[in-house]
Amino acid sequence: MAAGIGGRTVSSTFMPARLWLLLPSWLVIGFFLLLPVALMAVYSFLTKEFRGGVIWDFTLAAYDQFLFDRGLFGDDPPTIQWTYITIFARSILQAAVATVLCLLIGFPTAWYIATRPAHTRSIWLFLVTVPYWVNLLIRTMSMKFLIRENGPLNEGLLAIGIIDTPLEIINTDLAVQLGLFYSYLPFMVLPIYAAVERYNFALSEAAADLYASRWIILRRIVIPVVMPGIVAGCILVFVPSLGAFLAPDLLGGAKNFMIGSLIEEQFKGQAGNWPFGAAASMILLSMVLIVLFFYARNQAKEQV
Amino acid sequence: MSELLIDNISMRFDLPNGGHVQALKDVNLTLKTGELMSVLGPSGCGKTTLLRMIAGFESVTSGAIFLYGDEIEALPPDKRPVNTVFQNYALFPHMTVAENIGFGLKMLGWSGSDINTRVAEMIGLVKLSAFAARRPAQLSGGQQQRVALARAMAPQPKVLLLDEPLSALDLKLRQEMREELKSLQRETGITFIFVTHDQEEALSMSDRIAVMSAGAVQQIGTPEDIYEHPVNRFVADFIGDINLLEVVAEAVDGPDVTCRVGDARMTATAAQPVSAGQNGWLAIRPERVALLDAPDQNSLPATLQGTVYLGTDTQALADIGGGSMLRTRMQNSLDGAARPKSGAAVHLSIAPGVARFLVD
Repeated sequence: MAAGIGGRTVSSTFMPARLWLLLPSWLVIGFFLLLPVALMAVYSFLTKEFRGGVIWDFTLAAYDQFLFDRGLFGDDPPTIQWTYITIFARSILQAAVATVLCLLIGFPTAWYIATRPAHTRSIWLFLVTVPYWVNLLIRTMSMKFLIRENGPLNEGLLAIGIIDTPLEIINTDLAVQLGLFYSYLPFMVLPIYAAVERYNFALSEAAADLYASRWIILRRIVIPVVMPGIVAGCILVFVPSLGAFLAPDLLGGAKNFMIGSLIEEQFKGQAGNWPFGAAASMILLSMVLIVLFFYARNQAKEQV
Repeated sequence: MSELLIDNISMRFDLPNGGHVQALKDVNLTLKTGELMSVLGPSGCGKTTLLRMIAGFESVTSGAIFLYGDEIEALPPDKRPVNTVFQNYALFPHMTVAENIGFGLKMLGWSGSDINTRVAEMIGLVKLSAFAARRPAQLSGGQQQRVALARAMAPQPKVLLLDEPLSALDLKLRQEMREELKSLQRETGITFIFVTHDQEEALSMSDRIAVMSAGAVQQIGTPEDIYEHPVNRFVADFIGDINLLEVVAEAVDGPDVTCRVGDARMTATAAQPVSAGQNGWLAIRPERVALLDAPDQNSLPATLQGTVYLGTDTQALADIGGGSMLRTRMQNSLDGAARPKSGAAVHLSIAPGVARFLVD
């Protein structure tokens, strides 16, 4: 994963065989990953066909529509179009909160699992992944039932007298964050687990021996050493959270529109504007790539 | 006052199956200021547990540890003025050499300029001035070892604990580092407790050696003491090469024990009081046995069964009758003329005081 940047170099004698053996992977990546993305990039510069599809007529209209408001008939002087920028900003915030939630719960979980005796670790790891054998849609729906106004959560809290009126969780930002948190928690737990499992606990002892308190050991030794796992986990949670549409649609309601829903709408829904959906995807992709670029550059510097 | 006093320490831990392990039993040690003491023993003898207990990583079941009169066995590791050099160094991988060495000082709340001065001094002491800005992964094993040393010595601990610090180095480097460690210890005057399973290391470096086995201290003494006057069979057998013959004490006169060896009688020195009729072992170092052509007043007749050329020495196996064998070892001369031949009838001369009678 991200920590593998700057790995070992293989003797040049083996290069031809290595290239041939990697060919199937390159073909699959090229055909099913790079080609569709390239297609989307091209679509984002085309003209929309009414109710889906594209006309092969190159234009910047999709990006223009994303950024600028030219009035109802398109002939007013352009002003900044805040609608989509706001959706993006909200999505980034939601994804960031979900990532922080996952980190706060995921780090102690990963730590706990990694410090169990070796033979019980795989059981814990299996338990973490159990919910993921169920389809995401079903899981998100069950979350909806769980937190709705007269769902088990509210009924339970009412029954034991902690609250007098049902909590309004459904159709709020909190509901979206809970949904994202629940959807992507293992993506945080697993890389951190891998990093903590490799962590040499003699380092903690050495720090304690050199007069460091437990809190300082965590902050100055443990966290920096397992940082690659933390960063990998954050990327793995943040990126899909940013583009998620199931949780926002089902839990967040209409007023908590996120990028994922916006894009989905352009291809599947009423809007039917493929170039605009493609342009929004490209903007999302470039934002993610910029973050990853800085991360990779930072990693390369660390590994000197 | 003694620097470090380990007073009747025991440690046992329970196993999940209901049993328990006695990791240490009734260990007593007294260290003098500026002393280098080795704790020597086979793996699993409890030597590392003892060291970790002094550092604060293991808790004692009973007994006490005093450092300059202060009882420390209940303090956490970060409250004890002792530092450890870990077996695999445990250098902080995300910090430079200088940051590693300064870590303890930072934790003690030293000012930045004081830390810099001390770190520079320590880096100079371990001859790593050119590497201050490197990360541990960019250093060789020997250099990492020096960083670990400098890091542990920077806070000027009263006692430095070293857990097999040389075991990860190759032979040549290990021998160099022995000298270097010893001179660092003399320069700084810090008391060292040095855990090792390598007897040569212990013999060559230590002021005193504590030999451990099965969680208990078997003998404490100078290297000469331990080698020449082992108090029991374990110590005799563990340090160096030795002949151990099972014998019965026939007559006892003070420390002198007479016993039958093969077809002859021999007088040995008892390591502890014995009474006539007691079973024991006769312990004789192979290099203390002289091979003679003619008998003298201390000799027994023997037949050589085989010889092995070992470079500096030749080892010979001698049949002394009664089913007993003695190994002898003598230095090779340049011409090789005096080398004994297999099958030769010889006389083994064992001077008074060479043979020791050990009870267990």
